[in-house]
Amino acid sequence: MAEAAVSFPLTTAREGQRRAAAREARIAWLLAAPALVLITLFIILPVVAVVVLGFTDFELGYDEFRFVGFENYAELLSDRGFRISLWNTMVYAASVTPFSILIGLGVALLIEGETRGRAFFRTVYFLPVASLLVAMATVWQYMLHPSIGPVNMVLAFFGIAGPNWLGSSDTVIPSLALIGIWQSAGFNMVLFLAGLTAIPRELYAAAEVDGARSGLDRFRLVTWPMLGPTTLFVVVISVINSVKVFETVKTLTEGGPNKASEVLLFTIYQEGFVYLRVGYASAMTVIFLAILVVLMFLQYRVLDRQVHYS
Amino acid sequence: MNGHSLSPARLLRFALLSFGVLIFAAPYIFMISTAGKSQSEIFSSSLSLIPQTWSYGANIAKAFTRVSMPALLLNGAIVCALILFFQVLVAIPCAYATAKLKFRAARAMMALVMLGLLVPIHATALPLYVAFDRLSVLNSYFALVAPFSISVFAIFLFLQFFRALPDDLIHAARLDGMSEASIVARVIVPNAWPAVTAFSIFSVVAHWNDLFWPLIVVTNQTYATPPLGLLYFRAAEAGDDYGALMAATLIITLPLVLAFLLAQKRFIEGITMTGLKG
Amino acid sequence: MSVLSLDGITKSFGGNAILKGVSLEANPGEFIALVGPSGCGKSTLLRIVAGLDHADGGTITLAGRDLSGLAAADRNVAMVFQSYALYPHLTAAENISVPLAMRRLSSWQRLPGIGPLLPGQKEIRRGIRREVEAMASSLKINHLLDRKPGQMSGGQRQRVALARAMVRHPALFLMDEPLSNLDANLRVHARGEIVDLHRKSGVPALYVTHDQSEALSMADRVAVMIGGQLLQLATPQTIYDDPAHIEVARFIGQPRVNLLPAKAGSDGLVRFGDIVLSVAGLMPGNEVTIGIRPEFVHLGQIGGLAAVIERLEFQGSDVTAFARLAAIGETMVLKLSPAEARHLSNGQPVHLVMQPQKALVFAKDGKRLPAQAEMAQVAGAFHG
Repeated sequence: MAEAAVSFPLTTAREGQRRAAAREARIAWLLAAPALVLITLFIILPVVAVVVLGFTDFELGYDEFRFVGFENYAELLSDRGFRISLWNTMVYAASVTPFSILIGLGVALLIEGETRGRAFFRTVYFLPVASLLVAMATVWQYMLHPSIGPVNMVLAFFGIAGPNWLGSSDTVIPSLALIGIWQSAGFNMVLFLAGLTAIPRELYAAAEVDGARSGLDRFRLVTWPMLGPTTLFVVVISVINSVKVFETVKTLTEGGPNKASEVLLFTIYQEGFVYLRVGYASAMTVIFLAILVVLMFLQYRVLDRQVHYS
Repeated sequence: MNGHSLSPARLLRFALLSFGVLIFAAPYIFMISTAGKSQSEIFSSSLSLIPQTWSYGANIAKAFTRVSMPALLLNGAIVCALILFFQVLVAIPCAYATAKLKFRAARAMMALVMLGLLVPIHATALPLYVAFDRLSVLNSYFALVAPFSISVFAIFLFLQFFRALPDDLIHAARLDGMSEASIVARVIVPNAWPAVTAFSIFSVVAHWNDLFWPLIVVTNQTYATPPLGLLYFRAAEAGDDYGALMAATLIITLPLVLAFLLAQKRFIEGITMTGLKG
Repeated sequence: MSVLSLDGITKSFGGNAILKGVSLEANPGEFIALVGPSGCGKSTLLRIVAGLDHADGGTITLAGRDLSGLAAADRNVAMVFQSYALYPHLTAAENISVPLAMRRLSSWQRLPGIGPLLPGQKEIRRGIRREVEAMASSLKINHLLDRKPGQMSGGQRQRVALARAMVRHPALFLMDEPLSNLDANLRVHARGEIVDLHRKSGVPALYVTHDQSEALSMADRVAVMIGGQLLQLATPQTIYDDPAHIEVARFIGQPRVNLLPAKAGSDGLVRFGDIVLSVAGLMPGNEVTIGIRPEFVHLGQIGGLAAVIERLEFQGSDVTAFARLAAIGETMVLKLSPAEARHLSNGQPVHLVMQPQKALVFAKDGKRLPAQAEMAQVAGAFHG
């Protein structure tokens, strides 16, 4: 078989390589094809459609529609209801995010420092995350009931007359925020716990030897800086999730009383799926999407730099 | 950090944690307690946790008759299972190809995935609804499942995970003569199991909880998912029978809570992993 | 006059005794290497001295002060960790300044952003900066001061860790295997640097390592810890030539010391090969272990122990030979010069001759027994 042992000419080897690479690319395309098709169908096309529809006065049920340029957006700017909705959403997000993060971090720190009963505490604080939000919102509705709800009954015990939490326009957003914090703190807690356990123990030893006597010193020197990436992730997720508030509003208040708890997604839902003004609602959706994108980019740009170590 | 002695710091920690536990668990405690009270007892404004008028039976019966609980739970299970099935089926090959194979669109794929992460269902709902309406597929499992069959988050998660898998694993399989498809099925999937379970938990919790999309596409009670069913129940309830309402919430919350309690470690590992990769 | 004194330190973790009463004293400016296999408790001892762990019993005195009850921050002790434990988010300069800033600036003054604006700080901060730069100069890392640990090599990180420990001019240095994360060639170079720096500082150092050659080459005195006990604290030469315990002999020295069983004869003398030893306090029939280092075993023409060459390992400047003893089947290790080993081959029968004065005798419980070499009686010479 000496003839077979002759080395192949260089061109054949390269030809073989090219063919193999082409084959690999073909297989890769095949494997990725379903995903690509579905992404196009269910993400790209709809987003394009929403943007386009935002420039029309399309209403479901009517076949005719025309392009109205920026009319929808102009109308939105002057729409008092939409402005209230935007404001409410911002207030809600600004209330829920910091508390949910602080409580999540605080509980994670407490649990991390404790050796017994960790699993139990973790479970209880995480339970709200794993429970059906619509159902637990209903339970909170009972808890916050002005006359028969436990919250007001306990307050009455201390001589304080509790308000009509969900029924009064002054207290409805704080009440929804309370539910939102209750529901999301556990999620943040788990993320922080993961971040805390990833901190190398030797850093704490070094800090002690270096003179960090108190827990606060160690927190400032080691814990907080090392939690940077986790904190960034938690903040981004929390803000985005709180802007997407919908379930509690639809279940408990339907935007009331008097639009006091009307939030972006609820307004979009009303306009698009109840009043069927699809074009107008699409314009709202575009604004909603823009807010999400801006928020995400802002946070990553601003905070990411402070969090990178090398 | 000395966790052995009963120092004042430790006592304080314990006290704080326990106080928090009371507040966080309060809704559940009251839910269970009120589900067993009769109307009169509820409105008598007593703070007693043990129902004096033992009405669990009556309330639960009411819950089951107003809305078909089993049907709701079944729908929820079917929808979540279908969604998860398609998500994983589509995402794994795509993530594998993008992570391990060389093809020119890999970068574009990455960009698409990142963009897709920014787009929630709420942004795409309107045109999808219009399209489904035109195709007359509203009020069906298809409508409930289809838009979620693609999860860019799954692709993202699996991508990170696959990138960390050693290339040699795949080279060895190729040398053994396996086709790419069987590599995916027999090498990648078993090794990706932690990521798959992590994602499953995330997906099931998210879609079990989803109200927005089912609310839009379903008006026929037979296709109602648990959140939707509960809304119907509330509407049918005229809002005053808190006993029955609490019983209904108890029944509806139970499956996921039980699943969580049984598989706590997996749940938390799952969230942790998605968090660390994200 | 000792500067550091440990007396009877004991420590158990969940029923396991990790430290079983360790005592040692360090003289001013002395470099003591704490060496032993993994799990022998040396790192635990170091952490206890640092104040990161509490001993169950025993006392620690440093420069006349009793350290028990003092927090790590108050002990005036500096530590270099195996992984260097540099703060990843701070530059090298900031890392080195942490011990000084912690002690000289109050909590408020250390707040980021507003802290430096509070009054009374410019002098302190300037002083800190000066000291950091001086320390960086002596360690030749000035060019790294503005980099973060993630942008440095292992060797550079190690020097920053050293600088951080030394900038405080503490009363005691503790080092926990600081070289084990470095490449082999870097390690040898770094050993010399550490010894130099230590000598210049004039402060005692406790240096933990599992590498016995590192301990022997760097220390003024070596403390061998095995199984939670300090078996011997002596100069490297003494540890090597005069081990107090069989475990010390076993752990120290590369290649390993040869250990072979023997028994005291009816006349109370121990015979092994051509060697006859009279050992203090032995009764006839007592079992002992004879230890002899590979470099003290030679090839003879006749007599000695009959053996067969099993394997030859060429090491460059010498050859390690493994020879199986014909009589008892144990393998002896020899260190030979390349000249001696030139004519050897596997399977070749040889005669092994040992230097009698270099034989070490260990009792059954491991303790070293003083022994005297007797002249071998020609008529009664027989193989061990």
